[in-house]
Amino acid sequence: MAEETNAPVGSRASLLSLRGLTRRFGGLTAVDDIDLDLAKGELVSIIGPNGAGKTTLFNLVTGLDRPDAGEVRLDGKAVTGFSPEKLAANGIARTFQLGRVFGNLSVMENVLIGAHTRLRAVKPATPLIGPLLELGLALLRPASVKAEEEQLREEVRGILARFGERLLPRIDQPAYSLSYANRRRVEIARALALRPRLLLLDEPTAGMNPTETAEMQALVTELKAEGLTILLIEHKLDMVMRLSDRVVVMDEGKKIAEGAGEDVRNDAKVIEAYLGHGLSQASADEQETAA
Amino acid sequence: MSSWLDYTINGLIVGNVYALVAVGLALIFGVSRLINFAQGSIYLVGAYVGWVAVVQLRTPLVITIILVAAISALVGLIIERFGLRPLQNSVRIAPLLATIGISFVLDQIVMLTFSPNPRALPSQLPDIRFQIGAGTIGPLDILIAGVGVTSALLLFVFLRYTKLGWAVRATAQDRDAAMQMGVDVNRVNQAVFGIAAALGGLSGMLVGMYYNQIDTAMSLQATLKGVVAEVVGGAGNVPGAVVGSLLLGLVESYGVAVFGTSYRNLFAFLLLIVVLVLRPNGLFASAKQAPPEPLTGTFIAPSRPVRIPRWALLTAVGAFALLPLLPVSSYVLQTLINAWLLGMLALSLTLVAGTVGQVSLGHAALLAIGAYTSALLSLDFSFPVGIAIICGGLMSAVLGTLLISPSFRLRGHYVSIATLAIGEIISLIILNWESVTRGPIGISGIPPLSLFGHELVSVAQVYWFSFAVMVLLALLQVRLLGSHLGRSFRAIRDDDVAARAYGLSLNRYKALAFIFGGFAAGVSGGIAAHLYSYINHETFNTQQSILALTVVILGGLGNVAGAIAGSVALVGLPEVFRIAAEYRILIYGIVLLLLVRFRPQGLLGTI
Repeated sequence: MAEETNAPVGSRASLLSLRGLTRRFGGLTAVDDIDLDLAKGELVSIIGPNGAGKTTLFNLVTGLDRPDAGEVRLDGKAVTGFSPEKLAANGIARTFQLGRVFGNLSVMENVLIGAHTRLRAVKPATPLIGPLLELGLALLRPASVKAEEEQLREEVRGILARFGERLLPRIDQPAYSLSYANRRRVEIARALALRPRLLLLDEPTAGMNPTETAEMQALVTELKAEGLTILLIEHKLDMVMRLSDRVVVMDEGKKIAEGAGEDVRNDAKVIEAYLGHGLSQASADEQETAA
Repeated sequence: MSSWLDYTINGLIVGNVYALVAVGLALIFGVSRLINFAQGSIYLVGAYVGWVAVVQLRTPLVITIILVAAISALVGLIIERFGLRPLQNSVRIAPLLATIGISFVLDQIVMLTFSPNPRALPSQLPDIRFQIGAGTIGPLDILIAGVGVTSALLLFVFLRYTKLGWAVRATAQDRDAAMQMGVDVNRVNQAVFGIAAALGGLSGMLVGMYYNQIDTAMSLQATLKGVVAEVVGGAGNVPGAVVGSLLLGLVESYGVAVFGTSYRNLFAFLLLIVVLVLRPNGLFASAKQAPPEPLTGTFIAPSRPVRIPRWALLTAVGAFALLPLLPVSSYVLQTLINAWLLGMLALSLTLVAGTVGQVSLGHAALLAIGAYTSALLSLDFSFPVGIAIICGGLMSAVLGTLLISPSFRLRGHYVSIATLAIGEIISLIILNWESVTRGPIGISGIPPLSLFGHELVSVAQVYWFSFAVMVLLALLQVRLLGSHLGRSFRAIRDDDVAARAYGLSLNRYKALAFIFGGFAAGVSGGIAAHLYSYINHETFNTQQSILALTVVILGGLGNVAGAIAGSVALVGLPEVFRIAAEYRILIYGIVLLLLVRFRPQGLLGTI
């Protein structure tokens, strides 16, 4: 078992590995016995019809939900059932399907929250003393804290610059006033501010027009080139095919196919999942009646 | 001698009465995801309509019941139509605040009409007891059980066999889908509020008859008990609400049997806290589901704060600081001292409710902790008053945060319920822990305010002292808000799921906010104790919590300048217009309602 989880994928070490991950909601198994390995620097896409369990899988990896069975390892360390805040401190950042920005915070503040786990004032984890120290540092604000804040703000401007002129002119505007596409960008900027080891993107181009999608695709390509490990949920298949090292297909909670983009695209099970069970069921019924 | 069976019967009867309130709450929660804090006020209305019918009109029992149900239902319909329907598309906090405002307005109208003195409400039934085994049962018990069972049956038939009942159930399951299928959701809401109000009103009348006494303080207790029962059963779950009510009745009854009457409410609220902490979805909740993704900032109204230039703030502070040097009456100064004390409480609440989004309804309890600590330290341990007040602030910060911590894992409306209950628990502990707090007698002879051994004799000195303390606390809070903590607090308020995903521990930051806010409230309570020289468990009550909340909404959530301006306005304006004391709470309620309806972001805007 240990041999298996620590085994390198290809020549690179595995950053994220899932074994037998399962989550049930009442009678529904949203995530069913999923195994998945993600090497450092790899970009893996998860595709599948709506309700296939992709977002639930993200929730399990990021600690927003707990698996009923199975194991999550990050860089060989078992992190199953860790709280989201602990996983964030371990370098996992994510974006959300519907765009969860902090509405009344400015763009700058939203992205600064992304850097929260890196703040010096937040570091002391000692119970009781740690939080009180944090309160003290926030009120007294010694030079080191001020310098850190200034440096982070500079860094945030750098991150926002990656989105061209989309966000920089709106840096002090509250997030609720942004367009839908800009909220998605703020989310990604916030995730980057965490300096993640693993980035999970949940449909980053949902609701974007072709130009915006192309921009987003260019950004993800850039991030990948910088060596960031990315797990991507995406419905736009040509984008998936272009970006991914590997594609995982989920349907009804199960992994039904995995491999290079082209192989997966021609997989019979995948076609069935996308065309719908009704259709294949109907054709099966037809054959039966014919027989 | 009361037997175990008697306590069981009593528990079930009382539980039956709670069920009438709780079922209404569950129906309303089911269709509109709203905890109706005005339910207790309808119960109060029912009790007084019953009194008018029985004592003044001398109607027979059947007519009394019909009158009570009809008028209460009418009140429910009015609340739905004019209080809540206009808020359908506003942020989630709005209907919650509206029901709180409505509750205050209704309670005050009843109080102004009938005076706060208790009245007897005879049951018109023969005073006989039937022997059942070791216990006894009277005709009123049977009536209550009968009304309970009949209502449950009628409700069952309505929900199961009528078209409107189906619409109610469909709306409860999926409001959007029901609307798309042509269900008139407004009619469903009307039906539900009407039924809930009729049941609530009947419940009030029956309780009045059961104890042969009604008074205007019944309202809050009823809301609390109904909410407890409903939450224990699982919010929105109608059969769960009935079981929760019976359970609550039994727990209380046995609790009284073992520990005595003054512990009745303590058991109810402890049950609530235990259930909220262990099974926040109630005892009969189905499998836990991940919270739905919110749209941005849907709990609190998005707004841009009004920027007040620094010179204007400095001028205002300077002007208020110099005020005692001008020829103003001590009456004006006294009024402003009250405003500064309320200002400190509002600073605390605006941080907790506004900045972190934990709408606390029990905030006055933090005043009480600070006041009792400071008073007892200076009286029993001869602490200098200044030190005692600071200790009061610290005690309030530590103890308040510890006591409120069970609510940290809750969201939205549940936080309000939990803090309301925790506030009541603190008040009950003060009442019952006689060896320390002197119980119902209260603490008298508290030494007056003094600073470094100099007693603050003149009104001007007290004014300066309280003003300086408030300004200091406000400056600290502004500094806090400007730090990474302010940002983190607001992030948690706007979206706690995303905040956690970025490493923000909810417990840690909610605790820090309550520690900071608890200190300000505790200091306010401490100063008040030395100013009043007498305090008891009722000095710091829910009315003050609601007043502070109104101030916070008026000023703008999280807005420091707004909290102070709001305090001056709500304390000062009634004085300017010479409004009699008994009308003030009515006005606060109306102000709250108008704000929620027309300017939910407050005068100076949410920060």
